[in-house]
Amino acid sequence: MSTSARRRILPGFGLSLGMTWAWLGLLVIVPLSGLVFQSLNLSWERFWETVASPRAFAAYRLSFGASLAAALINAVFGLLVAWVLVRYRFPGRAWVDALVDLPFALPTAVAGLTLTTLYASHGVYGRYLEALGLKVAFTPLGVAIALTFIGLPFVVRTVQPVLEDLDPEVEEAATTLGATPWQTFSRVVFPHVLPALLSGFTLAFARALGEYGSIVFISGNMPMRTEIVPLLIVTRLEQYDYAGATALALVMLVTSFTLLLTVNLLQRWSQRRLESRPG
Amino acid sequence: MHPRHVLPLLLLLSLGGCSKAGGDGSNGETVTLLNVSYDPTRELYEDFNAAFAKHWEASQGRKLTVQQSHGGSGKQARAVIDGLEADVVTLALAYDVDMLHDKANLLPTDWQTRLPNNSAPYTSTIVFVVRKGNPKNIRDWDDLTRDGVSVITPNPKTSGGARWNYLAAWGYALRKPGGTEDSARAFVSRLFKNVPVLDSGARGSTTTFAERGLGDVLIAWENEALLLTHEVGKERFDIVAPSVSILAEPPVALVDRNADKRGTRAVAEAYLRYLYSDEGQEIAARHHYRPRSQTVAAKHAQDFPAVTLFTIDEAFGGWRKAQKAHFDDGGEFDRFSVAQAR
Repeated sequence: MSTSARRRILPGFGLSLGMTWAWLGLLVIVPLSGLVFQSLNLSWERFWETVASPRAFAAYRLSFGASLAAALINAVFGLLVAWVLVRYRFPGRAWVDALVDLPFALPTAVAGLTLTTLYASHGVYGRYLEALGLKVAFTPLGVAIALTFIGLPFVVRTVQPVLEDLDPEVEEAATTLGATPWQTFSRVVFPHVLPALLSGFTLAFARALGEYGSIVFISGNMPMRTEIVPLLIVTRLEQYDYAGATALALVMLVTSFTLLLTVNLLQRWSQRRLESRPG
Repeated sequence: MHPRHVLPLLLLLSLGGCSKAGGDGSNGETVTLLNVSYDPTRELYEDFNAAFAKHWEASQGRKLTVQQSHGGSGKQARAVIDGLEADVVTLALAYDVDMLHDKANLLPTDWQTRLPNNSAPYTSTIVFVVRKGNPKNIRDWDDLTRDGVSVITPNPKTSGGARWNYLAAWGYALRKPGGTEDSARAFVSRLFKNVPVLDSGARGSTTTFAERGLGDVLIAWENEALLLTHEVGKERFDIVAPSVSILAEPPVALVDRNADKRGTRAVAEAYLRYLYSDEGQEIAARHHYRPRSQTVAAKHAQDFPAVTLFTIDEAFGGWRKAQKAHFDDGGEFDRFSVAQAR
């Protein structure tokens, strides 16, 4: 990938780059600059009042916290699922493979309703969890679980092709050279999949931050406790406070962009480290 | 950027700029109307549209198709503000129609006086749905503030319907002997302490109460409550009418700018007026809305128990004032719900 910009094999670099800019401009940059302009309608004091209220902070904490937790859980279990799907042949494997994409296809409201029914105190899971003193529906934990569900496919689908490329012979070689299974994993397999794992993590995290449809059902929307940022944005819109809504959206946008950029840089760094390794 | 990259960019941008949707919908024989409404009126307008189309064709000899769109009241109003070409709107609260004037000047500011009865051809009120046999013995608003009673109502910040629920409780407390703004605030804040979940919409709350078995009492619009007991579970739920409640007046309005642009003013006005006819009133009553017509109301008296009703104008001085004082940012609801959470 990194060399293709210098040695252009296919003609039309100028045209394709122009198209890329135009496409991203129409699809992303123009709408998002509209967002910035909308929030310019606010005075600085009003902007600050909107984005720095205790209620907004409670929502940032929940949105970023639960999304991070969900993305981390997905990174661990997504890697496991991808590993099993790539390395083992077992009956029903095609089914498992298809199941992974289901959270993508399901309308999020349906996911939210289903999860809430499961985890509410009369639900199939909720009944037992409540007996253990664990409340899930209408708590931050419920939000994290719903976000984990929504983000499941990202890590699996980014890591899977990389694992498929990784020849089992490499692991065998490591073993014959005396590596323990843990060393094989941590020194051979893991560095190889790390860039993809980071991509998957980022995608799952970004997806979770913006999620609204499923969360409004399971969170219970209690002020200061289970309000996510997108809900606060919607409540602003319900008051026809477009500028206030865009102010909150802008904070989300800038924070997410910074986080995504950081992870992308981290991912490139790990990719480079992988490529510069001998062998 | 290299000049070569700029050309396609400009090309695409200009393409985007000059395409514009056209069409006025009134060409040929068939006239189309778009009625932008809120969620629980879907079945009501399916019936009413068919009835009006028949009436229009019989009296004018022209075919008519009425399209309907449903969603949360505020969301629907914003869609119209943003350019959805509704000829008429039939929403949950007057505030949402006011905003069509304030934000986009789509209709005049006195829209609500153009039709009889505050432009609300049918009404409803706020009642309680309890579990069969009323195990918690809930009779009136005061019972909703008792310890150990769990109350389900949607979030008034996101749901227009829920704002009526909230105002009904507030108005009840105001009208109690010795009731003041302070006692009303204390009453409503205590009531919301008993609310474990704030769903984003009214149907969400109904699901929470009916399907998930959460809560002892659901605060609901009477038409939704009747729908629930008639169609879902007469043997599972009872309706309790409080002694005093609010007269919920979901308003209808012609969207002048859109109707004039599309040349549909006459038919759109006739459409709204027909809601006040005997047939329109009968259809509203069949769908559990309280009709304005005395004769039609008398026929459905068993569905609509006598409740002392106050209007939002009497108790709060209209929607604009109520919205600002209670539901806008930093309003009463925000203040006590944030204080409670701490």
